[in-house]
Amino acid sequence: MSDSPTISGSLRNRLATILIGGAALLALLLFLAVRNYAVQVAQQGQDDILMASVTSMLDTAAIRDGSVEVDLPYAALAMLDTPADDRVFYAIYRDGKFLSGHEDLAVAASSDAERREVFSTQAIRGTTVRQVSARRILIGASQRVEVQIALAQTQDALAETLDEIRRNTTLLGLAFFVLAAALSFWATSFAVGQLNKLTTSVTRRGPQDLSPFKKPVPQEMGPLVRSLNSLMGRLDHSLSQSEDFIAEAAHRVRTPLATVRSHAETTLQRVDREENREALRSMIRAIDESSRAAGQLLDHAMITFRADHLEREKIDLVELAQDLAVRLSPIAEMKDLSLSVCGDENAPYAGDPILIQNAVRNLVDNAMKYGPADSDIEIGVHTGSRLCIVVRDKGPGYPLDEIGQLHTRFKRGRNAGDAVGSGLGLTIAADVAGAHGGSLELTNHPEGGACAILLL
Amino acid sequence: MKFLLVEDNQDLANAVASRMRLDGHVVDHAAELEDASAFIATGEYDLILLDIMLPDGDGRTFLRQHRANGLDTPVIVLTARSQVSDRIGSLDLGADDYVTKPFDHAELEARCRAVLRRRSGSAQTTVEMGEVVFDPVAGHLSVGGETIDLRNRELRLLEMFLNAPGRVFSKHKLADRLFSYNEDVSENAIEVYVGRLRKHLEKSDVKITTLRGLGYRLDHE
Repeated sequence: MSDSPTISGSLRNRLATILIGGAALLALLLFLAVRNYAVQVAQQGQDDILMASVTSMLDTAAIRDGSVEVDLPYAALAMLDTPADDRVFYAIYRDGKFLSGHEDLAVAASSDAERREVFSTQAIRGTTVRQVSARRILIGASQRVEVQIALAQTQDALAETLDEIRRNTTLLGLAFFVLAAALSFWATSFAVGQLNKLTTSVTRRGPQDLSPFKKPVPQEMGPLVRSLNSLMGRLDHSLSQSEDFIAEAAHRVRTPLATVRSHAETTLQRVDREENREALRSMIRAIDESSRAAGQLLDHAMITFRADHLEREKIDLVELAQDLAVRLSPIAEMKDLSLSVCGDENAPYAGDPILIQNAVRNLVDNAMKYGPADSDIEIGVHTGSRLCIVVRDKGPGYPLDEIGQLHTRFKRGRNAGDAVGSGLGLTIAADVAGAHGGSLELTNHPEGGACAILLL
Repeated sequence: MKFLLVEDNQDLANAVASRMRLDGHVVDHAAELEDASAFIATGEYDLILLDIMLPDGDGRTFLRQHRANGLDTPVIVLTARSQVSDRIGSLDLGADDYVTKPFDHAELEARCRAVLRRRSGSAQTTVEMGEVVFDPVAGHLSVGGETIDLRNRELRLLEMFLNAPGRVFSKHKLADRLFSYNEDVSENAIEVYVGRLRKHLEKSDVKITTLRGLGYRLDHE
């Protein structure tokens, strides 16, 4: 009955997407940063060893008898030993002329004259090597010689180390991502959970409950709850205003009607001419008819409202029927009718007492209208297979050909005659039964009289 | 019986009071709750008829306060609302019953009787004529020590006669008091009830005389 709001995306999904996407991006950045740093550190390590090795080689370089002597120290090569048995190449040049070592190994020229060593990565016979080229100026008696050494080492050990680092970094990145994703889920659920809590407490409220929310809510939801409260305040105000208005309107209309009716009754006692008396009687009838119709229209509106928002409470239908019998018996007695409650002793039921009372009242009103003087009206409350309230009179019964249409609005039976009625009584009773998941059945009792069964 | 009528609408109050005085009741009228409190403090009433929408407050609040202060007089609320919840609300606050405006005086009277009967059936309001003692609240009649229970219409018929002994009531007037205005009543029906009442009274010194073409009259021999 209420309109569904237009849905545009889900706050939970949006939040989760943003948070998880962010976490993935962060994890990737972390992975790349750690890996690059590790590569740099590992390369730096190899470079340092190559540098130390080549420096110690150059240290042994000397000019003897005009020729250059380089004595490769054992330690210089030992320090290049790796668990992966990397191969080492070297080449010694004198003033750019190849002296000894591996011929494929060329000395890399330094672009910067000041720098004495140059690192490079290159391929020798299909293998990637890290190479350092360093030089040293030897000054002899009459000559100035530049000795250059190129030292290269394969990178198998380094590659293994880097592989391991990459694996670990990937694991670290994944773990970070999983943790961050879990945290995002938790945070999203927590935030949305607060909204759900508010929704539940709004939904759980009864239709009459328009009081403001007092439960503490997170600061961010404060404005929402504030405007909700202000909306309900306005609704409450306008509802009570319209209730007051209806009450005031009823008061304004019914009070003068009551004045007219009382005067008419008094005058009827004093007037003797039959034509005047008949006029007064029809005046009273008209007043009764209009006030009864107005009352039933209001009742019908109230019942439609309550049936839409059915609030069930535990009641005893027998007690309800007895209360009603006490309330209605003065009216019944005026027609020398007697009202009795029969059936089971207890009939516990969960329903809206005001609705059920109104329904049964309408059925008894009908029974009192059509029941002949000095007869009985029975209100039977039966538990059994299905809970029902049966109102039975000893009147003429329902006209059989009209029985199906009697509980449509403003439809009155053919034999209603002069009886005051609005045609809403059975409609109200049927609506109430319907709201409780039951129905109203109208039959004529085999021993005579109308029998209305309110099945609940 | 003595009534206190609390009703702010002067026209309605006058109409109701004059209608009730016609039945031989005494009616004091208070237009505001303040006046009503003064009347309650100084007088004894059999019944209070209380409107719930009054210029100086809500009749239900007034009722709750007086009930808390020990007011024991039966109260029938006059309400202009027809909402069921409102009716039930006033009963919870200590009213004995309610009638919805505009009300039928016969119904009001029936409700008053029912309320008084529920409330211990105070028997101080008996009416006597010759050997006949009539208790309108309990609804019975004693003729020479023998008690007869009356049906409601017999009771109302007898009450009418006893309130105005010696007066002649036409069949139409009796019919208007005994039946609701929307019932088709034949003159026969009146004869039936008069006949029943005559039977109840036959052992006493009170009798109902038929005046041909005029109606009936209660006579004490």
